[in-house]
This record gives sequence, C-alpha cells and structure tokens, in this order.
Amino acid sequence: MLAESLALSAALFAIGVVGVLTRRNAMIVFMCVELMLNAVNLSFVALSRLYGATGQVFVIFVMTVAAAEAAVGLAIVIAIFRHKQTVDLQNINLLRG
Amino acid sequence: MQNEFVPLFYGFHFYLFGLIALASALMFVTRKSPVAAALWLVQTMFALAALYVMMDAQFVGVMQILVYAGAIMVVFLFVIMLLNLGHPSEISDIRGKWGRVIAGLFGIALLAEIGAASRNALVPALQLPQAPTDGAINGTAGVIGPIAGPMFKEYLLAFELTSVLLLVAVIGAVVLGKKSSNAR
Amino acid sequence: MMNAQIPETGHPLADTVARFVWLLPLLPLLGFVVNGALALSAAAKIGPDDPSAGQDHHNAHDHAAGHDDHGHGHDDHHPARHKYAGIVSLVGPGVLLAAFGLAVAMFLAMRGVKMEEPFVLQLFRWMPVGDLKINAAFQLDQLSMVMVLIITGVGTLIHIFSVGYMQDDPGYPRYFAYLNLFVFFMLLLVLGANYPLMFVGWEGVGLCSYLLIGFWFSEEANANAGKKAFIVNRIGDFGFLVAMFLLFANVGTLDYAGMAEAAQKLPMGGTVITAICLFFFVGCTGKSAQIPLYVWLPDAMAGPTPVSALIHAATMVTAGVYLIARSSILFSMAPVASLTVALVGGLTALFAATIGLKQWDIKKVLAYSTVSQLGYMFVGVGVGAYTAGVFHLMTHAFFKALLFLGSGSVIFAMHRAYHATHNHDDAQDMRNMGGLKKFMPVTWALMWIATLAIAGIPPFAGFFSKDEILGTVFARANAGPLSTATLLGVPGHVVLLIVYVIGLASALLTAIYMTRMMIYTFHGPNRTGDAERAHLAEAPWIMTGPLVVLGVLSAFGGWLNLPELLPIGPIGTLEHWLEPVVGVATARMAGSGEHVAANTEWVLIGVAVAIAVIGMSVAFARLKPAALVQKSASPASEGFAKVLEHKYYVDELYDDAIVQPVKGISTTVLWKGVDAGIIDGLFVNGSAAVTRAMGWMGSQLQSGQVGTYAWVLVIGVLALLGAFTSSR
Repeated sequence: MLAESLALSAALFAIGVVGVLTRRNAMIVFMCVELMLNAVNLSFVALSRLYGATGQVFVIFVMTVAAAEAAVGLAIVIAIFRHKQTVDLQNINLLRG
Repeated sequence: MQNEFVPLFYGFHFYLFGLIALASALMFVTRKSPVAAALWLVQTMFALAALYVMMDAQFVGVMQILVYAGAIMVVFLFVIMLLNLGHPSEISDIRGKWGRVIAGLFGIALLAEIGAASRNALVPALQLPQAPTDGAINGTAGVIGPIAGPMFKEYLLAFELTSVLLLVAVIGAVVLGKKSSNAR
Repeated sequence: MMNAQIPETGHPLADTVARFVWLLPLLPLLGFVVNGALALSAAAKIGPDDPSAGQDHHNAHDHAAGHDDHGHGHDDHHPARHKYAGIVSLVGPGVLLAAFGLAVAMFLAMRGVKMEEPFVLQLFRWMPVGDLKINAAFQLDQLSMVMVLIITGVGTLIHIFSVGYMQDDPGYPRYFAYLNLFVFFMLLLVLGANYPLMFVGWEGVGLCSYLLIGFWFSEEANANAGKKAFIVNRIGDFGFLVAMFLLFANVGTLDYAGMAEAAQKLPMGGTVITAICLFFFVGCTGKSAQIPLYVWLPDAMAGPTPVSALIHAATMVTAGVYLIARSSILFSMAPVASLTVALVGGLTALFAATIGLKQWDIKKVLAYSTVSQLGYMFVGVGVGAYTAGVFHLMTHAFFKALLFLGSGSVIFAMHRAYHATHNHDDAQDMRNMGGLKKFMPVTWALMWIATLAIAGIPPFAGFFSKDEILGTVFARANAGPLSTATLLGVPGHVVLLIVYVIGLASALLTAIYMTRMMIYTFHGPNRTGDAERAHLAEAPWIMTGPLVVLGVLSAFGGWLNLPELLPIGPIGTLEHWLEPVVGVATARMAGSGEHVAANTEWVLIGVAVAIAVIGMSVAFARLKPAALVQKSASPASEGFAKVLEHKYYVDELYDDAIVQPVKGISTTVLWKGVDAGIIDGLFVNGSAAVTRAMGWMGSQLQSGQVGTYAWVLVIGVLALLGAFTSSR
C-alpha cells in the first residue's frame, strides 16, 4: 500500500499547488496550503511503516506548525480585511517594489 | 486480524478512502464558495484520518480529526463567517481560462517530476522490498508510546521550541487581531 | 599614561631628578593647552576677526609688535592688549622657565654620576606589531641633554622676548600656544628613545613651523610661505620614513639603544647602510634647509621674528644635525654617505652665503646666513666631527638667536616709527635703515658681538666651533676612512680638500655679508625719513634683556669646548661630555690618522682668522652706506648682483621644472582625466548607475502580488526538480 499512499500524497500536493495558483481568495489559498501540508503528512505516515515512528513524530510537529500558522495567518487576514474590506490577493500589494 | 479476508477487506477500504480524499480535494479546489471549499477540505481530512488509522497510525489519525478538522478548520470557518465571506464574490476569485490551464499543466508537470524522482531512486526506500525493517511499526504498535518515545527524547528540543512557537503565534495573533487603540 | 612608566632600575640616574624627564615635554604641552584654550575662548567671544586681525595688517611687511590699528594711529595711542595677555605672558614663558630649571637640575644630576649607558625611561608600549616593538620611551643622555638645554634655555629667552615683541598682537594667546606646542614637539624630538618617536617630534615641529610662519595668515604671502615650508618638508620626511623602513628591515630595531651592536650585522660601507644614511640625509635636507630643499627657509621669514629666531635658526632647523649626530654610529659606517653630507653641507654654505651678499631684507640676510651656517654644521657631522657639529649648533643657536632677536628689535623700532607717521614703507629693508646705532645702542653693541661671533673672530663663540669644523675637515683629508673612500669616482681626500676650500670661502663671504648688514643697518646716515626719525628708540627691557644674556653666551660660548692649542680654560669640555654618545663613531671616522701637527693647526687657525678679518675689512672698505638711498628710490640691480638678489632664480627654476609640470599633469591627466573621467564618471557614477538599473529591475520583480510570487515559486520548484530528475 506504500506506493499508492505516496501517489495519493503527490496527487493531493499537486492539487494544493494548482489551488494556490488559481485562486485569489486569501482564505482559499490558505486552505490549499493546509491541503499541501496534509499531503506531506500522508507521506510521513506512509513511510513511518517502513522506517519507524519518527515520521509520526514529525506529523505532530507539522500539525503544531500548521496550527500556529493558521492562528497568525488568520489574524493577518482579519487585519487586512479590516483595513481593505477585501481578502482578494489581487488588491493587496503593499510590498510592491 | 490475520485472516484471509483481511487483504481484500483492507484493500477495498484503503482505495475507498483514498478516492474519497482525492475527490474531496478536487471538489475543494473547484468550489467558489469558501464555506463549501472549507467543508470539502474537512472531508478530505476525515478521509486522510481514516487512512492513517489503516496504516497503524491511530494516534496521528485521532490528532488529524481533533486538531485539523476539529480545531484549525473550525477556525477557518469561523473567520469566513466573521468576515462574511461565505458568498461567492461576484467577480470570481478563480483566474481566467489560460491561468487555469497553465496551472493545471504545472500540476501535472509537478506530479510527473515527483513520479520520475521517485522512480529514479531519489527515495531509494521505494525500491526496497516492502518488508518491515527493525524500527518499523507492526500490528498494534502505532499508538502513543512509540511516538512519545522519540518525541521526548531525540526531539525534545524541537518539541520545546514548537511550544515556544505556539506561544509566539498566540501573542502574534492577539496583537494582529486587536483593534489598534488609536483607530480612527 | 604616566602610570605605565617602568623606571629603569640600576641606572645611576634612576633615582635622581632624571626620572621626571617626562615632565620636560609635558610642561610646554600644558602651556599649549592653557594658552590654546584662552585663544579659543577669546576667539569665540570676540569673533572672526580676532585670530588674524588681518584687516589691520595689510600694509606692513612684518607686522612686528602688532601696532595694528592704522586707523587711529598716534604713537601715544596704544591699542588694548589682549584680554588674557597677563595670564598668557605668565604661562607661556613660565612653563619654559620651569622646563629649563628642570633641565638644569637634570644636567647637574648627570654631572654628579658617571654614566656610560644612556638613561631610558619606558613610558608605555606604543606600537607592538609583530617584530616591530616600539615603546614610547625617553632617552636622556649627554647629547639629548645638550639639546634640551639649548631648546629650553634659548627658548625661554625667546619666549620672554616675545612678550614684548608680540604684546599688542590680537593673536597673542594663539602665538604662545603655538610656541609652547613647538617646544613640546622639539623636546619630543630630542628626547625620544627611538626613530619613530623622533619622527613624531619631527613632524610636530614641522606643523608648528607651518602654523607660525603663517601666523598672520590673512595675508596670502604668509600663508603661502607656510605651505611651502610644509610641502618642501614632506619631501624630506619621505626620506626619513624610507630610512626608517630600511633600518627596520635590515637591522631589526629602531631604538637607539642597541643600535650599535645591531648595526654590526651590516657590512661596513655597504650599499644598505649607505642608502639608510643617504635617506636620513634627505630628511635632513628638508628639515635643516640644505641643497636642494633649502628654498622654504628664506620664505619662512614671513613669520614673527622671534619665531624665526627660535624655530628657523636656533632649534628646529638644527634637528637634522641632531639626527646625524644621533645616528653617528650608522654614518660612521658609511663613508660615502658621510662624504655626501659634508659636500652638500659645504656647497650649501657657499651657495647661501653668496645669496646673502645681495639681500636687502634684514631677515632674509639672516635666513641665508642660517642656511649657510647649517651647511657648516653638516660639514662637521659629515666629516665625523660630531662634537664640532653639535658645538657649532650650540654656538649658532646663541649668536643666530641673538641676531634674529636683534633684528626683531630693529624691526620693532622701525615699525613703531613708521606706524607713528602712517608711513607704509618696508620696515625690514636695510635701505630704509642706517645709522640706527645712535638710536639703539644696546642692540647695536649686542649685534656686533653676534656678528663677530658668526664671522669667526676670536675669542667669540663662532670662532671656536667653526675653526674646529674646518680643522677636522683638513685632518680627515689627510687620514682616515673618509680620505680613502671615493664619492662618484672622486677620491675622498680631494672632496674633503674642496670642502675645506669652500668652507674658507664661505667664511670670507659670511664675514662680508654680516658686516654689510651691520653697516647698512647701524652705521652711516639714517635713511628712515625725517618724520620717522623722531620715533626711533630702543626696545623695552623685556626685549633687550634676553639679548644681553644671548650676547654673553655668544661672547663666551666658545669656552665650552676650547681646543688644546688655546689653554685659556678647561679643554674640550663638550667633547668629553659627548664622548659616550659619539665617541665610538668619531674614533672610527678618525681612523688611525695622526693628529694634525700643532704648527699646521696654528696655520689653519691663522688662515681662518685672517680670512674673517679680510672679509670684514673688505666690507668696511668697499661699502658706502652714505651712497645708499631708500628702497623706493633704489635702482634695480644688474648683472650677477641681480642673479644673487633673485637667489639664483632657484625658486623660478623649481617652479618651471617641477611645480608647473606637476600642476599640468595633475590638472589635465589626474584631475580631468583620471579623477573626473574614470573615477567619478566610470566608478562612482557608473557603479551608481549600474546599481540603480539593477535595483529598478529588481523592483519590477516585486509586484507585491502574492499570486505572482506563488507562480514564480512553483516555476522555480519545477525547474529545480526537473534538473534533479533529469540529471539522474
């Protein structure tokens, strides 16, 4: 089942990437990133059957980081929305050089 | 659980949940409404949780449901509701046709490259026989103990640092979310 | 700083007053700080016209005595003294007097003990760099003691004289600040225990010289003279530096102590030691105004006259002589370099003396006389008569300081007279003087003593020192390593005989031009003008007092080092005194040569005295002061006299041959081409343009669109992953 798991992981990751590329809503882009993280987690879990529980430890860490990211990221989204009344990434270009 | 029906039963459910995950993911990225997208993503996560359990990673599966589906996605939904983003905006947030085509091509190219990389033994383990190695988890081993061991021994420092990271994230979120006191 | 001192234990001087040797330079430094602070605070209050007070000075040639407000101009009207004049007059000469007292105490202590090794006081580590270990250390030995006594002694007298001379100058505290600073650096120069420390003093006195030459900097000629001195000295300093580098590279030490043993590594008369000595001598030609770098000294007379006396006659310009005496070990190992020193010194003596014949400015006469006498000193140290060189340095300090201060006194009187009558004529031109004997008898008498001394009339000081130098030249021509060496193919004894003849010729010229100066200044009818004559008077006692002391020294300074032939007192005091410092080198230069026979020596002395007397007689017989007219009415001179009056056109030659080409190349190639074109255009503006272009390109990438960044990121991932997979 390992090869199938990894294939699914790759497919989910690619879907996440395509989502990031095609969507402009900050919330959905954010969720696409979460999907990509999940895809990676799947790889970790699948390979942990082969290499031991360390992979699962990393999954825990990834989840923690994802939680932190979600907290800060969503706070940023709220702050931007409060400022611009939109979460469309096309309208947000404060960092233009 | 070692009887003759198990492989078929196991394989059927494995593919079932895998297909559910894939299909939900596709549905997720194609939804216009953020709420619908979020719910499809939750479904993907549930399917993945099932797969984790099937792969003897029961603890991770549980955490997947509790933390991801239960906490993180709920926060997402909460923010969507809070900002009243639930309706698909009049101007679609999805890029134009060419953007989608190219993005799809990129996705396929990415898949192809990952596949090629795997085949070319960038991950040499794939070519090993699928026999469990010494440190592998077998049967009932995928519960908390084997995870807690390395986590609190080899990765203790990383663990502590993640706790600091969480603290920072909490403070950051509070600071960012707070209305500035001198708001006009 | 003083906590770090490591007293030399075991040395006989260690427990005496000599351990306070660091106080010697510190005292003038203290004076500099105090006077400088007063000058600054006064300048801050009074405003921009204080430091120069230039608007009052544009008409006078030498702004002696700062009688500066022509606008009010009555003799009974005295401009207000500087508000801090009282305290400055106390501090300025006071610190010098204290330093002199300390020096005398040290001298007495030194006489009380028998010392073979110099007393070195380590203050702190200065430059510990790899093998180069240089400490800030003071070396007190017989040679530096002599120099310290001259500097502080003559310096004190000149400081006191300055109190009178500069009394009404608006820059009074600034003047004393510079003067104190100069003495500080000069003491550093002679007390430093290694070449780098000497170099610090060397540069420092150069700085003070620059500051004081351009003291009245509001007039462009004075500022230019200062710049000229500074720049010409840089050329010499380059030589000094190269010599130090060579010395360190080949000998491994820059301390005087241990130099003798360390230098033994080098072959006697070898290329390296000759190069070191010649580069040191390049430094000397700059600082001590020898051919070809003497040109700055006559222009340096733009400074106040006491400055000319202290810096440009008595002390700083003799630093080169001190340097060679200090490096006598090295020079005695390089006969070719020593011969060069002697020859250049001799030529300078003659050259400057001829120019001195036709100068009309009283200070210019003395300036060329100084150059000439410095040449004599170099002849002395060049032929290995280190004691004689230092002896002449000392007597010259006495009589030349006296001459300069005397001329200062004359200028002071002239200036006051012109000032009283609003006459803007030249107060320094001898054609405007004449017959001053009647008005300034004290100055007249004292200056005659100095003139007799410089002309070499016994028993005045200059006779003994000059005679000793010439006698040694003659002796070295007969025997010793110098006579056997060759300089550019010419045998050494021939060179030395030429130098001897040149020396005699210069002595003749010296007697002539000095007598000429005295006749034109003090004798004959007065040409100052009828109105001005009433205002001519002797300077106050604060100015003539130091003159009297210097007069005594000029008259009897010769007793410090009497030759054996004239046992009218203790024989060779200075020679015995300096024996531990220069004895080895002197012996090496003398070789196995026998002492010149007493009869020959009597003949030499007779010749020298005869020449001096002839010179003075010729001057008296030929010069007709009564035929002179005022400067404004004088015709331009012609023929060779004109060449002399224009100083052989050396300044013009340097200008055409060096200054103008350098300026031309600097302007067209270095400035317009390299600096403006390549450096500014290509490097500075070019790099800015490139950076701006790159920055513009980079900023275009930063659209601020997260979506775009994601696309770019994915493209990058694809490319990298593709590269990885395809490379397998």
